[in-house]
Amino acid sequence: MSASTNSDGLPRWATLALLPAINLGAALVVSSLVILAIGQDPLSALAFMVKGAVGSGTGLSYTLYYATSLIFTGLAVAIANHAGLFNIGGEGQAYVGGLGTGLVCLALSGWPWYTVLPVAVLAGALFGAVWGLIPGYLQAYRGSHIVITTIMFNFLASALMVYLLGGPLIEHGQMAPESREFAESTFLPAVKEIAAGLGYRTSTLPLNLSLLLALLCAAGVWFLIWHTRWGFQMRTVGANEAAARYAGINARTTIVVAMAISGALAGLVGINELQGVQHRITLNFQAGMGFTGIAVALMGRGHPVGIVLSSLLFGALYQGGAELSFEYNEISPRLVVVIQGVVILFSGALEHMFRPALVRLLKPKAAASAAGQRA
Amino acid sequence: MSQTVPLSVPPQPGPWAVELVGIDKRFGPVHANKAVSLRIRAGSIHGLVGENGAGKSTLMSILYGFYQADEGQILVNGAEVRIREPKDAIALGIGMVHQHFMLVEEFTVLENLMLGAEGGALLKDGIRKARAEVERLEKAYRLDVPLDAKVADLNVGIQQRVEILKALYRGAQVLILDEPTAVLSPPEVQDLFRILDALRAQGRTILMITHKLKEIMAITDAVSVLRQGAVVASFHTQDTNEAALAEAMVGRRANPAVRRPGAPAGAPLLTVEDLSIFDERGVERLKRATFRVRAGEIVGVAGVAGNGQSELLEALSGMTPFQRGRVHVNGRDVTPESPMDPAQARRQGIAHVPEDRLRRAVVKPFPAFQNALLGYQDDPAMADGPRLNWKRVAAATARLMEDWDVRPRQPSLRTSLFSGGNQQKLVLGREMERDPNVLLVGQPTRGVDIGAIEFIHRRLLAMRDAGKAILLVSAELEEIMALSDRILVMCDGAITGELAAEDATEGLIGRLMAGITDDMEHGSRADAAGGAA
Amino acid sequence: MSRAIRAALAAAALLSCAFFVPGSAPARGAEAAFFPGVVFDYGGKYDKSFNEGVLTGIERFHRETGINYKALEISNDVQREQYLRRLAEHGADIILAVGFSQAPAVAKVAKEFPEIKFTLIDGVVKLPNVQSILFSEQEGSYLVGMLAALSSKTHTVGFVGGMDIPLIRRFECGYEQGVKAVAPDDHIIANMVGTTPAAWSDPTRGGELAKSQFDRGVDVVFAAAGQSGIGVLQAAKDAGKYSIGVDSNQNHLFPGSVLTSMVKRVDVAAYNAIKAAQDGTWQAGVRTLGLKEEGVGWALDENNAKLVTPEMKAALDAASAEIQNGTRKVANYDETNGCKY
Repeated sequence: MSASTNSDGLPRWATLALLPAINLGAALVVSSLVILAIGQDPLSALAFMVKGAVGSGTGLSYTLYYATSLIFTGLAVAIANHAGLFNIGGEGQAYVGGLGTGLVCLALSGWPWYTVLPVAVLAGALFGAVWGLIPGYLQAYRGSHIVITTIMFNFLASALMVYLLGGPLIEHGQMAPESREFAESTFLPAVKEIAAGLGYRTSTLPLNLSLLLALLCAAGVWFLIWHTRWGFQMRTVGANEAAARYAGINARTTIVVAMAISGALAGLVGINELQGVQHRITLNFQAGMGFTGIAVALMGRGHPVGIVLSSLLFGALYQGGAELSFEYNEISPRLVVVIQGVVILFSGALEHMFRPALVRLLKPKAAASAAGQRA
Repeated sequence: MSQTVPLSVPPQPGPWAVELVGIDKRFGPVHANKAVSLRIRAGSIHGLVGENGAGKSTLMSILYGFYQADEGQILVNGAEVRIREPKDAIALGIGMVHQHFMLVEEFTVLENLMLGAEGGALLKDGIRKARAEVERLEKAYRLDVPLDAKVADLNVGIQQRVEILKALYRGAQVLILDEPTAVLSPPEVQDLFRILDALRAQGRTILMITHKLKEIMAITDAVSVLRQGAVVASFHTQDTNEAALAEAMVGRRANPAVRRPGAPAGAPLLTVEDLSIFDERGVERLKRATFRVRAGEIVGVAGVAGNGQSELLEALSGMTPFQRGRVHVNGRDVTPESPMDPAQARRQGIAHVPEDRLRRAVVKPFPAFQNALLGYQDDPAMADGPRLNWKRVAAATARLMEDWDVRPRQPSLRTSLFSGGNQQKLVLGREMERDPNVLLVGQPTRGVDIGAIEFIHRRLLAMRDAGKAILLVSAELEEIMALSDRILVMCDGAITGELAAEDATEGLIGRLMAGITDDMEHGSRADAAGGAA
Repeated sequence: MSRAIRAALAAAALLSCAFFVPGSAPARGAEAAFFPGVVFDYGGKYDKSFNEGVLTGIERFHRETGINYKALEISNDVQREQYLRRLAEHGADIILAVGFSQAPAVAKVAKEFPEIKFTLIDGVVKLPNVQSILFSEQEGSYLVGMLAALSSKTHTVGFVGGMDIPLIRRFECGYEQGVKAVAPDDHIIANMVGTTPAAWSDPTRGGELAKSQFDRGVDVVFAAAGQSGIGVLQAAKDAGKYSIGVDSNQNHLFPGSVLTSMVKRVDVAAYNAIKAAQDGTWQAGVRTLGLKEEGVGWALDENNAKLVTPEMKAALDAASAEIQNGTRKVANYDETNGCKY
C-alpha cells in the first residue's frame, strides 16, 4: 500500500527495524559506560533489567502496566503530530482526564465496575479532550503556539489538581493530598481477579483490564488516521496546510478536533492508574507518562503498532529500572532515569544520526534488491 | 524572437571541463539515469533538455553531490573525482544555481554571499575582503547587484544574480543552472543571457537545464537530449534546430500548437461581475473584474506576472475571499454569504488546477492515490460509511494514470518521486475527470516537457469541445493564443482588454498588458462584452 | 497492513536481542538470618530530613549488629506497593515504610503477608501485623514555642510550614500554644511554603517567606518545612534573627542564630522497631512517641548554649515535666479538629 523505499533510498525494513535497533544499541552502549563509571558491571546490570522487566510473570505484568499508560499518551502525541501539532500537554491532559475518571468512580460507589467503566472512560476522555481542545482552539483561531499553550496547560492542570486534592477532594483527617478510596465494586479487574476467574492464583499486580482498552484505542487510532475521511484530512493539514485549504479542508476545525482527540486519549491514563491501580485520585498519579509519551510516539514513528512496541520498551525500562535498584543498593533510581533519557535521546532526538551512514552502507544492496524487484 | 543576444564566437575545440561516464542511478523502482555519458567543453555553454522525468535534474544533482551515482565515473579537468556532497563539488570548482533559490531572505546580499565562506571568526575582516572580491566579480561579469540590500526586497531576476555571484565567489569554474529562465520575465532573460555570455567569454563553463528550445538555440554551444534517463542525442547547437531537438526529446515529431477553433460557444457557464479583492493593507488587488465564460469556450487571461491573474483564480476557486462582486455558475448565483471556501466552489462545479501545484495541489509525501483523492475526499463513491475505501481509490487512480499517461503507473508510489510533469498530469486528471462545469487552470504547462504540453493542450481542447467552460491563466503568451477562444488581458489588477482569438496579435496583447488602452476599437469591444454580461 | 506486520517483526527482533544479554542473576534468595527492609518515600534516603533520619537509625542497627538490610527508594506511586511486596516475597522479617503516603500500600501488602511485620512511620494502619508510629509533634513544638516567646524582643514570632497538611498544622498549633503560654499577647505570623510535596524542597521560597516575616517584626522563626527550612534558617542568619530548626538537630548549621531545634527522633523509632523485631519484643498497634518516650524534644548543645539562659531552660524543663506527667495539656490539632485549646 505504500512505497518500499524512502526518498533517500533506504529500504523500509531498515527504517522500521534496523535503525531503531541501532539507536537502541547505541543507547545501551552509552548506558553501559555510565554504569561502568560508577563501578558496576554493566552486563549483569543490564541482564538484571531485562530479567526484571520480562523475565517473570510479575515483572512482565509491571512492564505491561506501565506500557498501558504509555500507549495512551503515545497515541495522543502521535495523533496530534499527524495534524502537524506538537502536543506537549499529554501530562496535563492525563492529569485532568484522571480527575474525570476519578470523580465518576467516587460518585458511582456501589455500581459494578463494568457499568462504571464506560462512564469513567467517557468522563476521562471528555476531561482530557477539553484540556487539549482549549490549546487547539487557541492555536487555530488565535495563533497562540500549541507548544507554549500546552506547556502552560500542564501547569494549570497541576495547580487545579493541587487545589482540588488539597481542599475539596481530600479525605478528611488524611495527611496525603488524595481523595478517599473508590468503592471496591468500581475497581477495574486486575490480573489477580482475572486469573482467579480462570482458576489460577497470582499475587496482586497492577496490570489490569485497561491494557485491552489501550490496545483497542491503538487499533481505533490506526483506523482513524489511515482509513477515514477525517484522518485523511487531518494528515493533509499536518503535511501541507496550503494543500489542505485547496482541498476544501477546514484546517481550524481539524486542528481543534485533533487536539480534542489527542487530549481524550491522554485522558484515559486515569483508567489504568486510578480505576485500575490507585483506586483513589492521587497527586501526580500520571508521573511523567505524558512526557514519556512524546518519546514513545517519536520512537514508534507515529504508527500505532510502533507506539505499542515502543511503549513496551519504555515500560520494560521503567520496570527493569525498579528491579535494578532492588538488586543493587549502589545503583540509584536516578540512574534508571539516565538510561531512559539516553534511549530517548538516541531514538528520538538523534533519530537520524546513523541514517546517512546506513544509507551509504545499504546502497549497493538497496539497488540490487530494487533490480530484483524489477526482474 | 530568435537570437536577440550578441554572442561571442563559439569556442575552439578545447579540453573537457566535465566528463560523466556511464552514470547510473535508481530510486527504488525508478531508473532515473541509465548509463549516461556526457562531455562538456571548458568555456562553453552546454544545454540539457528533456521531458519531465527524463533524468536531467538527477544527473545534475549527482554532479553537484546531492546524490551519488550507483555506477559510473565523474571526471573534472580530465581527472577522476569522487563527489560525496556539495562541499566536494564546490572544492572542485562546481557551482549550482537551483530553480528555487537558496538564499536567506532576511540577510543582505553580501551576507548571503559570505554564508559558509565567512573567512575567519571575526566578521569585520571577512566582510571587507568579501566586498572587494564581489565588486571585482560584479565588474568582470556585469552582474549588477545592490550588495547591502535585503534579499527579500529584491525581485527574482536580481535574486538569481545573487545566486550566480555566490557560486562565482566560491570559485566556481563550472556553473550548473537548473531551469534558470522559468521564473524570469523576458527582459530578465535577456539580462541573464548577457551575463552567461560574459562568463563564457572569461572561460567559465556552463551547464544549463531548460525546457525552452528557443533558449537552447539562442545561447548554447552544444546540447544534449535526455529521454527516459538516457542520453538520446547530442548536437553542436549550430548543426541543429528546434524541431530536431523536440523530435529527439519526445521520440516523435512534435506538432507545434495550432489553434483549433471549436464549435460556437453556448450559454454562459461562468459569469463574474464586479469582482474585487482587497489585501490586508486595503489595496485593491483585483479591480472589479467582469466577464463571462461560455460553454465550449476557453478564455485565456494574459498579463505580466503579478497583475491580478493569480488573484482572479484564487477568488473564483475560493482560496481567497473576495470583498465585492457576484459569481454565477450555470446561471445560478453562487456568491457566498460568508467567504467562499474551496469545498463550496467544487460543489458548485468549479474545478481548480492551481498555478503553484507543488505547494498546493498535492501533498508530496503521500502516495499518489491519496493525492488523487485530495479535494474529493467527500465523494461517497470512495467510502463505505466512515471508512475510506482505499482499494477503490487506488483502482480509480490506476485508471486515471492510464488515461492521463502518468508515469510510472504506480498509484502507491510516493508523489514526490514523480516528475513535475507527471504530477501535473495527475492533478489535471483529478480535476478534469470529475466533469466540472468550469475549470480554472493556472500555468498548466509550467515546468512541463514538450510531450506532456501537447498532451495537456489536447485534453483542455477536448474538454472545451465537450461543452465546458475553461478559464486559463498562463505566462506563456503562445499557449494562450493557441488555446483560447477569447483573451482577457490584465494590468494592475484590472481587465484592460478583451479580444477575440482571431483578432489577437502579440503586439496588441503586449500593449494591453502594459496598460495602454487608448485603442478605441478594442476598448469599445471589451466594453460591449462587459455590458452584455 | 503489511507495514504493521513488518513493524511487529522489527519489534520482536528488538525485544529478542534484549533477552540474550549474557550473565545470570546472582541469587539473593531468602536467607535464614534476620533481614530488615525499608522503603523510603519521595525525596529519597538522603533528604537531610525525615527519610534520612530513618536511614540513620538503620545504619546504627547495621553498625551494631553487622546485619545487612535492603533500602529502596521509590520513583513513582506504584513502586510503594511493588517494593513492599518484593521485600515481603524476599522474606524480610520486618519492613519499614517511611511516611504517611505509604499507608494505603502498607494496608494492602500487610493483608497479603500476615506473617511479616510492618512498621509504618508517621501514619496509621490498623492491622494485626502493622506497627504504626506517630509522634507528638505538638509537645516538642510547644516547648520551642515557649523558647521563642522567651527570646523574642519584638513580641512577634514566626512560623514557616512546608506543605499545608494536618501534620504541619499540628506543629504550628503546638508552637502557638507554647508561645501563648509564655506571652498571651504575643503576635504569631504563620506561612506555608506550598500545598504540594514540592513545598518540602524549596529553600528559596522558605527564605523569602522568612524575610517577609522579619519585615513585619518577627525576630524568632520556627521552620517546619523539610529542606525548605534550610532557606528559613539561612535568612534568619543573614538578617541577624533567631530561627528554630526541625526533625533533626540543626543547631550546628548556623551556630548563634539557630535558637534550638524541635527534634523528632525518627532514627530512634526506626532503630527501636528493628531491634524489637530482632529481640522478639515487637508489637503491633499504634504507638505515639512524645516527650515522655523521648520521641520528640528540643535540642540544647554547645552551639546554642549561649542563647538559652538558665531561666529559659528551667521554664522549659518545668513545662516538659508537666506535660509528661499530664498536668499540662497540649492540644493536638488532629484530635481537636482545628487548633483549639
